[in-house]
Amino acid sequence: MKTPENLLYTKDHEWILIEGDIGTVGITDHAQHELGDVVFLELPKAGDSFELGQPFGSVESVKAVSEIFCPVSGELTEVNKTLSEQPETVNSDPYGDGWMIRLKIRDSRERDQLLTADEYSAWVYQEKS
Amino acid sequence: MKQTPLNRIHRQMGARMVDFAGWDMPVQYEGTVKEHLAVRQAAGLFDVSHMGEIEIKGPDALPLVQKVTSNDAASLQIGQAQYSALMNPNGAFVDDTLVYRRGPEHFFLCVNASNREKDCEWISENAEGNVRVENNSDLYVQLAVQGPKAIAILQPFTAVRLDKIHYYWFAEGDFLEAPAILSRTGYTGEDGFEIYFAPEHAERIWNAIIQAGKGHGLVPAGLAARNTLRLEARMALYGNDIDDSTTVLEADLGWIIKWSKGDFIGRPVLEEQKAQGIRRKLVGFEMADPGIARDHYPVHLDDGRTTQVCSGSYVPFLQKSIGLVYLPREYSAVGSEFLVEIRGRKLRARVVPTPFYKRTKQ
Repeated sequence: MKTPENLLYTKDHEWILIEGDIGTVGITDHAQHELGDVVFLELPKAGDSFELGQPFGSVESVKAVSEIFCPVSGELTEVNKTLSEQPETVNSDPYGDGWMIRLKIRDSRERDQLLTADEYSAWVYQEKS
Repeated sequence: MKQTPLNRIHRQMGARMVDFAGWDMPVQYEGTVKEHLAVRQAAGLFDVSHMGEIEIKGPDALPLVQKVTSNDAASLQIGQAQYSALMNPNGAFVDDTLVYRRGPEHFFLCVNASNREKDCEWISENAEGNVRVENNSDLYVQLAVQGPKAIAILQPFTAVRLDKIHYYWFAEGDFLEAPAILSRTGYTGEDGFEIYFAPEHAERIWNAIIQAGKGHGLVPAGLAARNTLRLEARMALYGNDIDDSTTVLEADLGWIIKWSKGDFIGRPVLEEQKAQGIRRKLVGFEMADPGIARDHYPVHLDDGRTTQVCSGSYVPFLQKSIGLVYLPREYSAVGSEFLVEIRGRKLRARVVPTPFYKRTKQ
C-alpha cells in the first residue's frame, strides 16, 4: 500500500494534495485495491460547492459502489473528465492521473483534521485488524 | 463457515474470500475484469465445489425425477444432461438444476449450494416405490474450466476424447487418474467443462490445470466473474432472478417445461398461467442513462407501480450496465423504458433482447 508523504488523508480513504489554497482530491491506493476494478464514476461539476465530509460523488467497481467524501470545504474548480472514459486510471494511478476533483479551499484550518501519511497507514492497519 | 478442499490453495493464490451461502469462497483473485475477459478469450478455472450433488437411483428413479422436475428426463440418453426446474406446487422453483442421466435408473442432479439440503428433503418427500435419494454433495468436488481454450488445456489429462462430447452431454472416465464426470456444460455462456471427482484429488488436479493452462491464458476465476459471466449470458441465479415465488413461465424459461411428458408438480398452475397469459415476465435491460443498476435497486414504471432489479451489474465484456427485472407484461416488450432509482436519482433503463452476450459457435 502506497501512502505518499506529501499528501493528507481521511479516514474514509480520500487523499488531498494542498498547494496554496487549491486542493486536489482522489481515493487512496488502499481504497482502489479494496474496491477492485473501477468501472464507473459519478462526479460533480466545476462550480459545485461541498462541505467537509459531504459526499461529492461515487466510485463503482464491478462488485461494489462507494461514496467519496470531500476532505475539506470548498468550491470545485476542475473535475477530471478523463475518468469517464478511463475509470481504470483510478486503479493504475490513484495518486496521479486518477485524481478526481480540484477545489478552492474555503478554510485552511480544516486541514488540521486530516491525517498524515503515517497516521493514515496506522488507521488502515487498525481497520483491518 | 464451510470450506471446499481447495480453501488453502485459494488463500495461497491471493484470493479475496467471502461468505457465500455459508461457504468461504474466492470472490476474485487478481481482478474480476481480468478473470471475466480471460473466460471469454482464453479460459478460467473455477472452484464450484460448494454446489450440491443429489443422486437418485433405483427402478423408480425416472418416475421420481419426472414428478419433481419440469423438463423431460425420459428424453435423456445415458451421458446426456438437461437444465430443469425443481418444482413446487405453485409452478415455481424449489431450485434450478442440471439433471444428468448416468444410467437407466441413475440420475445425478447438480443443485445450488444454498439449497442442497432443502432440495434433498423435497425430493425424498416425493419419493415413491423403489428409489433412493442421496445427498452426495460431500463426495464430489466440482471444477469448471470455461472458455474457448478449455479443450486444449484439459485434453492431455484424459483418454476421453473431449471434442466428441457434445454441448450438454458428458462422459465418465479417468481424469488425471481420478474417476470423473466430464460434462460439457457451464454457467458462463462460453464453451467449457464442469468436472466432478472425489475431494482427495482436488489440490493435485487444480494445480495441474493451473500449470497446463498458463501457456493458454487460463487464470483462476472467482464468484464475482462467475456472476458477471452468467449475467451476460442471461442465465438465472436462484435467489436473485428465480425463487419459490416466481413461476417457470414468468422467468421466461418455458423451454424447460415439456408439456408432453405427463404430470409433474406445479403443472396445473403452469397450465392455467399458460392459458390466461402471464402477468409479469423476467426481461433483460440495459441502462440508457449513465449509472450501474445493482441487485434490488428500486424500479419505477410510468403508471406509478414499483418493483426492483433482480440481478444488476456492470459487465466487463460488453462494458455496459445490464440487469434482469420482472416487469408487467405490458412493459416487457423490447424497447420499453422504465426508471431505476440509483442512490436517489431516477435513471432511464430500456428492455433489450437477451442473451446480452452470445458466443459465436466454432
